[in-house]
Amino acid sequence: MNQEVKEPTPEEVDKLYKRLDKEAEAAGYHLNPDIEFTKELVRSLLINERRYGYWACPCRLADGVKQEDLDIICPCDYRDADLAEHDACYCALYVSGSVLRGEKAPESIPERRPAREDRSQFKEKQEGKVPTGTSKPVWRCRVCGYLCAREEPPGVCPICKAKKERFERFM
Amino acid sequence: MEMKHVEGENKGKVILYALSTCVWCKKTKRLLNQLGVDYYFIDVDLLGREEKDKVIEEVKKYNPVATFPTMVIDDDKVIRGYKPEEIRKELEK
Repeated sequence: MNQEVKEPTPEEVDKLYKRLDKEAEAAGYHLNPDIEFTKELVRSLLINERRYGYWACPCRLADGVKQEDLDIICPCDYRDADLAEHDACYCALYVSGSVLRGEKAPESIPERRPAREDRSQFKEKQEGKVPTGTSKPVWRCRVCGYLCAREEPPGVCPICKAKKERFERFM
Repeated sequence: MEMKHVEGENKGKVILYALSTCVWCKKTKRLLNQLGVDYYFIDVDLLGREEKDKVIEEVKKYNPVATFPTMVIDDDKVIRGYKPEEIRKELEK
């Protein structure tokens, strides 16, 4: 299997960097203010998009099968918990307000992704009837926790832009 | 499995398991280059499926959750993640 792909151009990196920065700020998240570091990660996201077809986390070893990697498609399922505990996500692409203000420096942090059998995409889906008193099923975005009550999850999370496949049945 | 060799001062057998896309791995390589130590590295994400599985098993011997970077010095001392102070302490002796 050849993993070599066409190198992203500086213009492509810049374009995606600006888009991610805008989306992050609009949703209350922040990209790492170390632009050189952040652009290196954005470049890696583009490489992984070419290699796998999706933004597999650059700092984790992707399987290459989407269902296996679903929880580590950037932004990953673990970003918010790592931001709360360590002020940065696993790669330090996303950082907390204190890092943004220069009060803290991001570091290489421990992995919180559980063993394969405990990952949410392999847990049994909650099927069944809508709970009493609820007229619609409730869906939860596994990336940012956004909840909505409707027949189907939205195509894209209105808060963090995660795709439909990242939603789970909550109620 | 082929490791890449970076020549430098011999501070023991230094092996770095890395990912080509990981910024913490890149920082680790830069630090090793800066320290001028002799080391071997492998970018595990660039391997084919079979070889990749083999290397993951090898990494798990030193780091059961198989995260990157994982650095092994003399088959004994293991440094998980980018830990500049720990790396300096081990390799500036």
